[in-house]
Amino acid sequence: MTPKRRKRLILIAAMVAGVGVAIGVALKAFNENLMFFYSPSAVVGGEAPAGHLIRVGGLVEKGSVKRKKDGLTVTFDITDFAETIKVQYTGILPDLFREGQGIVARGRLQKDNLFVAEEVLAKHDEKYMPPEVADALKTAHKNRMDSLATGGKSP
Amino acid sequence: MIPELGHFALILALILAVILATFPMIGSLVNIPGWVALGRPAAFGQFFFIAIAFGCLVNAFLTNDFSVAYVAQNGNTLLPTMYKISAVWGAHEGSLLLWVFILSAWTVAVSMLARNLPAVMLARVLSVMGLVSIGFLSFLLFTSNPFARVFPVPAQGGDLNPLLQDPGLAIHPPMLYMGYVGMSVAFSFAIAALIGGRLDASWARWSRPWTTIAWTFLTIGITLGSWWAYNELGWGGWWFWDPVENASFMPWLAATALIHSLAVTEKRGAFKRWTVLLALLAFSLSLLGTFLVRSGVLTSVHAFATDPARGLFILIFLCVVIGGSLSLYAVRAPSVSSGGKFDMFSRETLLLGNNMLLVIITTFVLLGTLAPLIYEAMDWGKISVGFPWFNRMFVIFTPFLVVLMGLGPLARWKHQDPAELARQMRVALLISLGGGILAALPLLHRGSVWAGLAVALSLWIVCSLLLSLRQRLRYRRGLTGLWQDFGMKGGRSYYGMVVAHFGVAVFIIGVTFVLQYNVQKDIRLSPGQSTELAGYTLRFEGVHSRQGPNYRAHRGTLQLYRGKREIAELHPEKRIYTVQTKPMTESAIDVGFTRDIYVSLGEGLGNGDWSMRLYYKPFVRWIWFGGLLIAIGGLLAASDRRYRIASARERALASAALGGNGLIANGGSR
Repeated sequence: MTPKRRKRLILIAAMVAGVGVAIGVALKAFNENLMFFYSPSAVVGGEAPAGHLIRVGGLVEKGSVKRKKDGLTVTFDITDFAETIKVQYTGILPDLFREGQGIVARGRLQKDNLFVAEEVLAKHDEKYMPPEVADALKTAHKNRMDSLATGGKSP
Repeated sequence: MIPELGHFALILALILAVILATFPMIGSLVNIPGWVALGRPAAFGQFFFIAIAFGCLVNAFLTNDFSVAYVAQNGNTLLPTMYKISAVWGAHEGSLLLWVFILSAWTVAVSMLARNLPAVMLARVLSVMGLVSIGFLSFLLFTSNPFARVFPVPAQGGDLNPLLQDPGLAIHPPMLYMGYVGMSVAFSFAIAALIGGRLDASWARWSRPWTTIAWTFLTIGITLGSWWAYNELGWGGWWFWDPVENASFMPWLAATALIHSLAVTEKRGAFKRWTVLLALLAFSLSLLGTFLVRSGVLTSVHAFATDPARGLFILIFLCVVIGGSLSLYAVRAPSVSSGGKFDMFSRETLLLGNNMLLVIITTFVLLGTLAPLIYEAMDWGKISVGFPWFNRMFVIFTPFLVVLMGLGPLARWKHQDPAELARQMRVALLISLGGGILAALPLLHRGSVWAGLAVALSLWIVCSLLLSLRQRLRYRRGLTGLWQDFGMKGGRSYYGMVVAHFGVAVFIIGVTFVLQYNVQKDIRLSPGQSTELAGYTLRFEGVHSRQGPNYRAHRGTLQLYRGKREIAELHPEKRIYTVQTKPMTESAIDVGFTRDIYVSLGEGLGNGDWSMRLYYKPFVRWIWFGGLLIAIGGLLAASDRRYRIASARERALASAALGGNGLIANGGSR
């Protein structure tokens, strides 16, 4: 091996190692930053981990929006018509937030199944339902129909 | 009647696109000069008919012709004229029409301006652009006809999405599309060169100004989009890592790599295969961008159109374009010579590093953008990738990129002695380290390691640019010397690089400072109440109602004080647009060179109290100022003299090489 070749080989090895380390770091960070989405049924069913950053979504239940004294903290229920969970949020709600509207909230689940949101998203389109929420509603509906069909034999 | 005219014009344009895509190409391969010469008139004809179609749609909006379904959905008699015109590209069909319109304009521009291009090469470039045009025109005609009629005719239109009623957004899509579609020029040049088997310095020289211009438009488009989001979405963000933003950012990253790699190919004849691949990548990512935005596959604020049939069409189109061009590449690439040799440490290797980093960043952005789709398809659950991840990716890779950016302009082609470069850069290193440490210490402001890093990186770029300028102007004196140098062949290219790199330095400061020192406050205020924000005082005067042309608004009044002195009165609004009854938050911003004060109204809480969000945004303007500088640099570089004056010798050489059946592989030194 000529010295020139060796030098080139070292350079290539260094580059490969550098890229490898970078990709490793990136993928590790990637896994830590994935946010999974859970429907209210999944949360009540205990599938959602407490304390992790996750997203939940559903329809805002009519008459459930309550404001605390400071005017900025709001609690409301979101539902997929099978189960309901309580969400708490401090801050300014999006323009399109209203009762009956589908929303997605990002935040952490407390031990008592209270969801503390860091961000609440409502889409900038009246007719638009976030696809996750639409899916969650469909699944919950289907499960209920199935359990009715089996005559309540399922737990 | 007029909409039918537009529809008919589109059909004629498609026929001309087919002619454009076939005759000149075949003519160039089997040597029929008459067919080769057909490229230019066909390009003009296509442009003419698409322009008519576009004019017809504009006319339909201006005359409120609600018998056209697209106008009925997006137009309204109450819209101000400017937004009637911008409503043309406010939704799916019209924005595609804009896309092909711009494509045909680029085609005509190439056929007119590329005068020093040999006839055979020009014919092939135009033909490839014709192929792309066939794809988009048939997409338009078969799946999304903007001239489709609706019956019964509604009395009033559905109105333009209020979010889009903003001057920034009126020109943001055309700019972005100029960039997207402009990548098709770089792509066509690459394909034409592959067909001819002739990838060399003059190919790079022909393709370079077009690529740089397209990249400049992309830069302007993205900058405008970011500025629009900041002004219009009402919540002070300027970049959300939204899939649609990523869709425009990925082609930009690939194109940035491409313009750097093209420089090596032009100057040194190296990196040829790599350059071609980047050209294919940049255009493919532009198409992917269209796919992501227009098929509605991703959840995103921007996905105004949702129609899977259209998505399928674009997906097939995408496969044909990428698959076809990669196959051609596979056949042709082995015969391409490897070009100029270079040592382990040289400007070439530094630019190679730049390319690798940019491609890695592109890959990660792509991964983050498509991961939710992949997870859903594999049934691994529904996920989203948080923007902290994207931010972290940039914090990891940008410092390396910036270090290279500082070394690159000073390093020599072919061979650079590392010790010599280190000696030259010693001062730059000291200044940037010193500045960085000062900024990291809590002297003037709350200190931060990240702010220190940003200052160090920016100073590194600035110092290296100054050193490079000093080196270049060694034998010239004063401003006249600078002006002479500017006008030289290669002068504007160089100063374009200086301005654009300086823009990056400005941008880094803006981004980091706004992320580090941004202050946000959600608060409830009663009329007459004051609050303090980062050394400023805001006094809330109250909210009253106001009637706009096509909306009702709650208009708040806040006085902004610095100490005892009033410096501005701010009027944030909450608007309800009459037709779509959508509430919109219209923020009020006190703009400053080193900071913005940003106020958005939340909601009325009774007794005249309102919740509102207040921001102190330091150096936020520098983000767009940096983007603007980068774009100006691009314009300078593209207008360099040497692109306009091709030497007679070069032209003679080029036509000799492309003569005959044009299949002669001519690759310089082997």
